[in-house]
Amino acid sequence: MTTTTARGAALARKATGPGTGNAAPRRRRRPRSDLRVALFFIAPALLGFVAFYLVPSIRGVYLSFTEYSVLGDPTWIGTKNYTAIFADDLFWNAMAVTVQYVALNIGFQTAIALGLALLMHNVAKSTLIRGALLLPFLVANVIVALLWFWMLDYQLGIVNEIINWMGLPRIAFFGSEQWAIPTIAGVNVWRHMGYTALLIFAGLQSIPNHVYEVASLDGASPTRTFWSITMPLLRPVLVLVLVVTVIGSFQVFDTVAVTTGGGPINASRVIQMYIYQKAFGESDFGYASALSVILFVILALVAFVQMKFLKGNESDLD
Amino acid sequence: MKKTLGAVAAAAAIAISLSACGGSAPASTEAKGDINYWLWDANQLPAYQQCADDFHKANPDIKVKITQRGWDDYWTTLTNGFVAGTAPDVFTNHLSKYPEYAAKKQLLSLDEAVAKDGIKLESYTKGLAELWVGQDGKRYGLPKDWDTVGLFYNTAMTDSAGLTAEQMANLEWNPQDGGSYEKAIAHLTVDKNGVRGDEAGFDKNKVAVYGLGLAGSGSGQGQTEWSFLSATTGWSATDKNPWGTKFNYDDPKFQETIAWWAGLTEKGYMPKLETTVGASLADNFGAGKAAINTTGDWLIGQYKSYKGVKTAFAPTPKGPEGKRASMFNGLADSVWAGTKNPAASIKWVEYLASTACQDVVASKGVVFPALTSSSDKAAEAFKAKGTDVSAFTTHVKEGTTFLFPIADKAAKVDGIMKPAMDAVLSGKKPASSLTEANNQVNALFNK
Repeated sequence: MTTTTARGAALARKATGPGTGNAAPRRRRRPRSDLRVALFFIAPALLGFVAFYLVPSIRGVYLSFTEYSVLGDPTWIGTKNYTAIFADDLFWNAMAVTVQYVALNIGFQTAIALGLALLMHNVAKSTLIRGALLLPFLVANVIVALLWFWMLDYQLGIVNEIINWMGLPRIAFFGSEQWAIPTIAGVNVWRHMGYTALLIFAGLQSIPNHVYEVASLDGASPTRTFWSITMPLLRPVLVLVLVVTVIGSFQVFDTVAVTTGGGPINASRVIQMYIYQKAFGESDFGYASALSVILFVILALVAFVQMKFLKGNESDLD
Repeated sequence: MKKTLGAVAAAAAIAISLSACGGSAPASTEAKGDINYWLWDANQLPAYQQCADDFHKANPDIKVKITQRGWDDYWTTLTNGFVAGTAPDVFTNHLSKYPEYAAKKQLLSLDEAVAKDGIKLESYTKGLAELWVGQDGKRYGLPKDWDTVGLFYNTAMTDSAGLTAEQMANLEWNPQDGGSYEKAIAHLTVDKNGVRGDEAGFDKNKVAVYGLGLAGSGSGQGQTEWSFLSATTGWSATDKNPWGTKFNYDDPKFQETIAWWAGLTEKGYMPKLETTVGASLADNFGAGKAAINTTGDWLIGQYKSYKGVKTAFAPTPKGPEGKRASMFNGLADSVWAGTKNPAASIKWVEYLASTACQDVVASKGVVFPALTSSSDKAAEAFKAKGTDVSAFTTHVKEGTTFLFPIADKAAKVDGIMKPAMDAVLSGKKPASSLTEANNQVNALFNK
């Protein structure tokens, strides 16, 4: 019922909009003045975009075809950086490590956030509790990483003290090859789950109540309602959340940089860490730029595939 | 049309002003003005602040502003400063970093000044002054201080193990069975039930005190970790030093040494590598988790500061040929090529390298200054504080030092050697895998 009236209203608005005939000559000039006003409002964002995104990106692409050590001028070497990257074991290792991280991070984060969002929607209606879920997100990334780094320390960390007290062997969370990436993924899940839950929660609130009423009238079980109503109607929001979090997840850096630094051996050298190391550690800015361009292309593809196949721009509500 | 012209003009103006920023302003030839000086060791800041104050008194026209930055931030900030034109006029330089800066023309050559002002390079402890001559034959630093490596041990633990100071000072090592050095380490290792490492029933999975502490794998230099052992076998990291272009990590002598060292973890005498992430070697020693640490003399002060722990120092063990060895690392002060004030900067560098300043540093008893006369005074200052530093000075007296391996592309070598050494030390790969890493390192120089 509500949908039809809403649509009717929209139609009515459309009809009244451009329909009135007489002011044609005046309106012909209007787009131009609109453009000016529009440009005025867009200018700050546009300026920022050009200065901080567009120009550096184009320069980055240019640098990826050069050998450049910051001190001195870049020299053009064609696609040498790219051919070297494809033969670079450490690059493939970094990609594998990153994908492993993204899978763990996004998998757990989305599942937990969805659960939290459902709880927020149906059970925890208190603003205090809903706000508390967001707390980890309010702490800076590096602080969160350091906090867990100390709590999970092998000798002195409280977590290992508890493990030891329970009579189990201590775990080198950041020191062992098996644990490093799951630990880092876990730390970031802890920080981001509240925020992700909030986004999904907003999506849940936009699902009209009447569809649930109809479902309960038809005697659908809660599980059935969840899979047949909540999930499909939540899809656009979930796709958005996934696109944003997957891109963010691929770019993990700070947590790695302040804890393992890419080690042990190469176990947590994620792609951003490798880029940083090449550029700022080994002054190989050309090679690092080429790695960044590759990461850029991968992320663009990932976002495109997610939007395309999960139909993020369509809603099942209509 | 008008507008576009205006825009072009504005852009041009911006471009001109930008290039004016980056371009070199006319350098002042007079020795006056403000100078920025950077160092990374907070323990030495008071000494150098006093040097700066004394210098200002003697040269009222020059004012030195000292900035201290931790090691990790120091080098990235410095590189950024080179690019942005905000680097300090004078800064403390390290042997692993200066070759690249010299190659990229960021350092001012000091030869002219040395000749003009008659600086006597032979008054520095032997070998230190030569370290700072680049591949192009030019001098890029004046020696500041030096360091060697020694054994730091917990005397309460050696006492209860029945090891005397004399025994600790005369340990012997070989790569096959580790000699009396390994015996001491084994005996100092104690498990949760109080059983020592060399006794029957020792539980290597439940160790309370490790005989030897572990900081890390030491990457390609192993300055404080293993270089004092590998060097006694006659091994050296590069074909020549400085400016080697062929590395020797494929040498069986080196791989045997590393295999023996990594084996200590296997035997339970040394912590596992994975437990060292985020941990501090010194703090674990202070907490009584290790009996011996191998580290450099710049940490004497920190080890002496742990409450309830008495630390003594012994020289590194004698090798198969009956001689000790210690890496000899020397710092220096360099002048940035982009300084606006070269005359005053050089004057300050010369003052830092002079008896006046190095005696001040010596009197604080924190490091050994490069001037031989000041170095002796530092030893006395340590003694006055109740610290016997003969374990570190003996290497210089007996000529058992060897130089820090200076080579181009140090950061790239490190990028290959760190993971490779980590893999061996954590038991993931045998020491023979270092041959492959060595091939990768040498390939860097064959391009």
